Amino acid sequence: MKSAVIVFPGSNCDRDVAVSLEQTTGRPPVMHWHADPALPEDLDLVVVPGGFSYGDYLRCGAMAAHAAAMTGVRKAAERGVAVLGICNGFQVLCETGLLPGALMRNRDLRFLCKDVHLRVETTDTLFTGHYAPGQVIRIPIAHHDGNYVADLATQCALEDEDRVVFRYCDPAGKVTEDANPNGSLDNIAGILSEERTVLGLMPHPERLADPRLGGTDGRPLFASLLEALS
Amino acid sequence: MKARVHVTLKPGVLDPQGKAIANALHSLGFDGVKEARQGKVIDLDLDDTDAEAARARVDDMCRQLLANTVIETYRIEVDP
Repeated sequence: MKSAVIVFPGSNCDRDVAVSLEQTTGRPPVMHWHADPALPEDLDLVVVPGGFSYGDYLRCGAMAAHAAAMTGVRKAAERGVAVLGICNGFQVLCETGLLPGALMRNRDLRFLCKDVHLRVETTDTLFTGHYAPGQVIRIPIAHHDGNYVADLATQCALEDEDRVVFRYCDPAGKVTEDANPNGSLDNIAGILSEERTVLGLMPHPERLADPRLGGTDGRPLFASLLEALS
Repeated sequence: MKARVHVTLKPGVLDPQGKAIANALHSLGFDGVKEARQGKVIDLDLDDTDAEAARARVDDMCRQLLANTVIETYRIEVDP
């Protein structure tokens, strides 16, 4: 499996996700600089990592969405290459239009940095085949703007087409208002594109993919990709 | 030529910052505030000489970058 991680000024989870990818696939990803529009050939996966690209100027992800490298990411996505956007990466993918909706300021206006529980809503994806349907996993979040919003038509399409991948839930797997850390519509934590090849999620699976970091619930996401894309 | 772009959240989109502002105004005794909505203002200095051409160009800027039309609307003022 050949992967690339886009590196913007202000990315800060690019190395974390590179470690997770190398641990899982045995192959380090290409670290691709934002100013280069030509992505490497024969990629199976592109990761748009977490961080604060361009200092979150204007809107989170707005500047990065127009970076040269994103031209390459858009073309790769059109060819069917899998794209994974984590946290700021999710914001960037929404800003580019590769994913629908937008991520607004958290409901309580606070930056949140803590572990949350997620329910795996679908395993019919390249990204979640190694989880069980309905499985509850513990994954960290670290964001100020993770409050997912979408119009009614988008909300219906996401539900009808089984494109909500993760929802914030309590430790027992109940999707409740109390378990919603940021006010996201329907507790949505991660969604797929219409073609199911692009995933954006606010939580950080790469931060809990090694027992030395206190948990491995993020690891099956990378293992799923390895199996689906090799 | 100067242009000013007002970017505001679409009606119906929840504005947590606006809500906090309204709450703060209430606690200062401004009970008459029914709602507050926060937006942003972007001032542009343009080399255009034709106001209509400038407006069209700024509109293009808004759609491509300055506003996220999923959640925001915008209003353009051109000052010749």
